[in-house]
Amino acid sequence: MCEPALARIPQVLVHVLTALLLPPLLPGLINKVKALVAGRQGPPVLQLYYDLAKLARKQAVISRATTWVFLAGPAAVAAAALVASLLVPFGHAPAPVHFEGDMILFAYLFGLARFATVLAALDTGSSFEGMGAAREVTFSVLAEPALFLGFAALAKVSGSLSLSGMLALGGPSLFRATGPLILVLAGWITVYLAENARIPVDDPNTHLELTMIHEVMVLDHSGRPLALALYGASLKLLVLGALIVGPLLPRTGRPWADWAAFYGAMALLAAGVGVVECITARLRLNRVPQFLVAGLLATAFAFFLLQA
Amino acid sequence: MLVAVMALLVCCALLTALSGIPGLYLRAGGGRAAAWLMGAGALAGLAAAALVLAGAGPAAQVLSHTPLGSPGYLRLDPIGAFFLVPVAVLPACGAVFGVGYWGEGHEGARTLRLLYGLTTGFLVVLVAAAHALTFLLAWEGMAVAGFVLVMAEDRDPATRRAGWVYLAATHTGTLCLFAAFGLAAGPGGLFGAGAGGFLFTPAAPGLAATSRGALTFLLFLVGFGFKAGIFPLHFWLPPAHGAAPSHVSSIMSGVVIKMGILGLVRLVALVPDPPLWWGALLVVLGALSGLLGVAFALAQHDLKRLLAYHSIENIGIILLGLGLGTLGKASGHPVLALLGFAGALLHVLNHSLFKGLLFLGAGSVVHATGSRDLERLGGLGHTMPFTAAAFLAGSWAICGLPPLNGFVSEWLIYLAAFQGLAFLHPGWSVLALAALAMIGALAAACFAKVYGVVFQGRARSPEAARAAEVSLAMRAPMGVLACACIGLGAAPLLVAPALARAAAALAGTSEPLALGGIAHLWVLSALALPLAALAVLLWAWSRRRGAHTTGQPTWDCGYAADCPRAQYTASSFADSLVGSLRYVLWPRERRPKLRALFPGPRGYRSHVPDPVLERAAEPGFDLAARGLGVLRFLQGGHLALYLLYILVTLVVLFLWMVA
Repeated sequence: MCEPALARIPQVLVHVLTALLLPPLLPGLINKVKALVAGRQGPPVLQLYYDLAKLARKQAVISRATTWVFLAGPAAVAAAALVASLLVPFGHAPAPVHFEGDMILFAYLFGLARFATVLAALDTGSSFEGMGAAREVTFSVLAEPALFLGFAALAKVSGSLSLSGMLALGGPSLFRATGPLILVLAGWITVYLAENARIPVDDPNTHLELTMIHEVMVLDHSGRPLALALYGASLKLLVLGALIVGPLLPRTGRPWADWAAFYGAMALLAAGVGVVECITARLRLNRVPQFLVAGLLATAFAFFLLQA
Repeated sequence: MLVAVMALLVCCALLTALSGIPGLYLRAGGGRAAAWLMGAGALAGLAAAALVLAGAGPAAQVLSHTPLGSPGYLRLDPIGAFFLVPVAVLPACGAVFGVGYWGEGHEGARTLRLLYGLTTGFLVVLVAAAHALTFLLAWEGMAVAGFVLVMAEDRDPATRRAGWVYLAATHTGTLCLFAAFGLAAGPGGLFGAGAGGFLFTPAAPGLAATSRGALTFLLFLVGFGFKAGIFPLHFWLPPAHGAAPSHVSSIMSGVVIKMGILGLVRLVALVPDPPLWWGALLVVLGALSGLLGVAFALAQHDLKRLLAYHSIENIGIILLGLGLGTLGKASGHPVLALLGFAGALLHVLNHSLFKGLLFLGAGSVVHATGSRDLERLGGLGHTMPFTAAAFLAGSWAICGLPPLNGFVSEWLIYLAAFQGLAFLHPGWSVLALAALAMIGALAAACFAKVYGVVFQGRARSPEAARAAEVSLAMRAPMGVLACACIGLGAAPLLVAPALARAAAALAGTSEPLALGGIAHLWVLSALALPLAALAVLLWAWSRRRGAHTTGQPTWDCGYAADCPRAQYTASSFADSLVGSLRYVLWPRERRPKLRALFPGPRGYRSHVPDPVLERAAEPGFDLAARGLGVLRFLQGGHLALYLLYILVTLVVLFLWMVA
């Protein structure tokens, strides 16, 4: 699987550094775009870096109702997301680790992160956090099949069973499968918005509102555990985003140009999420499943288009 | 070498079957004696399985003196050896657990131990049975001994009812097996004519595609499906596994229902050219069992019933693998067949490990609190940390999350489904993929609910608040099983050669394909390590001394008057999912209507009845009983009347023979 080529070392290094350092920039970009569209100045783009640095120095307050799971949750989230970041290609080159069936591990690592977040939330014994946890698991039931049907469609087009292969659709197959690809990406964007707790599924800016999902699950976290939870969430923005921009990126053959294209595409995606948040309202909670079913159907139709 | 294998197998069967005998004569310590014997038997069984799986070749033994005159025939091949592993491990763990859980004080402790050992002995014979008669004898022995085990607490009417439903279901299944074995033997049957028709010999090509072959397959499917708990033949399973003592539930869910899978596996192994529709039907039934099993599990309030429904779900996952493998075998794609069969077999082993663990954990909870009602538990993670950690490992594994063992087998089945995209009609692959993904998400939801409500938060009842950690005899087996789950998940390559050998025997390929070469199992191990290391590092970083203060109440947005009864309950956690699945689950709910500004106390009740048992089987039987009531006059109760019936029958038969 991994050709022992010295030539890959710089590529892998850039990949790992990107996964480690870039994520907190994305929420900053989204918030900046939202502020600009609304005519405000908004917080600095680097705000989350400052927040993380501050939280790392602060004391955490831990409820007496909790057990060790409460602290282990955010750690598991960050660890799972970091390992998942090794499996997904950032643009042109294959991911640092790629093998047949890595997309299954990729999806299940995020399942692991979700399970850990939910258990850490339930550990506080608060019914408010229980609500958030219940919603998170409810919506994931529709998001997971959409993700997998998308994988199936791409696997069928590309003939590859690895993320690095199926996201790198070459010219001819890209032309043959433009329609299905659009549908898959549309389905994945709904998954992206739901998994990252963005509008129209969830509103990351609300506090103390009864319909929150992700924010309410990390309500009792503070200090370093909260820093890990926030970092894990931003990493998820990057890694799942790489899944969406992957098939669309050009392959110029010049590494610096390809990396630039990847960073540009991620910035565009973040800007797009920001614009969506400005121009749409959050869906009523019982409408969210319909939104996700639409995503699921899009990926399913992509598959049927391929068959036709 | 082969003699040694058979000797070990017979040792295993005898030691386990007789493990309850010393306890009959000992004043105390019968449980310990049984546990030692079961442990020794398990070691012998494991040794036999290891020898066969390491390539010693199948060992066979003809038992010339069986009660019914026909030769008994035992043969331990790689498939049987693979099934022997859980059959050896889990009952031994349960026996040790039983020392603490079902001690001398319990009434009927001796009977329970005796029958527990006997059931295990029959299971050991069953995995090695290679003749229809031996198979059916062991099958019935297992079923009847299992009936007594389920009825251990028969003072409870619910238990009696569960036991009778179980008995009726298992005998209906056995009846189908009689018919199926009968059809399979004889000229034109699957296994040929003459005495050899009852031996498990490979079928001749072409026979499976005949209509008789199809009927044989369907009868086997129903017969084994009853035991395995395939939807809609599962209805006996949740009440029986809920009513039995926990270590009994653990072997019933962990190994006894797997014998249904063993039967199907034997059938698929013996048929060289299964028709495509066999595989397709298995995939459809697998998706149905998996999705409905987990959906009904989500709606349960009873911890053990919930786990029982999860067994139906996992049987569904196993069937998905088996079906994909059969499709591969039918269409001549060895890689697909190998992946599907390997995934199914590994999931058999994995499920017995984590489901055994979960039932033992549930037993600890019941032992400590006296309640299996989820709504009355809570906060046990503080008072029972070991049980909580073990239960968490089991939950993690059953959700198929990496890096535990459940992920490895589901990963193989996923891979088979993705492989199938290229070879088969993609509909089967898409069905399997969507079902697996949805099952995974629902299972995670369900176990987040169970773990969160039972072990986290605060106690919801005085019994839960008084709970204390269970004894060492009960903790040790849970620890062993949890370690097995983690070990198999972190280093699946260790079992890969054995798994490949068993899967190759099932796929009918001559030389075992290297599973490690097709599925990159070593990468899973290689990634499990950094995952665990990173998580531990970050955890240590976030809990560094001085970095936090403890002892505060939950902040909860500053809500001051917190009270354990106001916590989210199991019902509330599952409410939105149960609500969206209401067209499938048909919950019976009584929601209170709040009218005035200051309403008084109101009750809320919800119950999700089993659709097959409570909406089809029971009304059906009631109707039949009423309809057949008209024949009751035949039972006059006079001896003379019955003698008359015999006379009339004889005369009629005589006339029929003459005519």
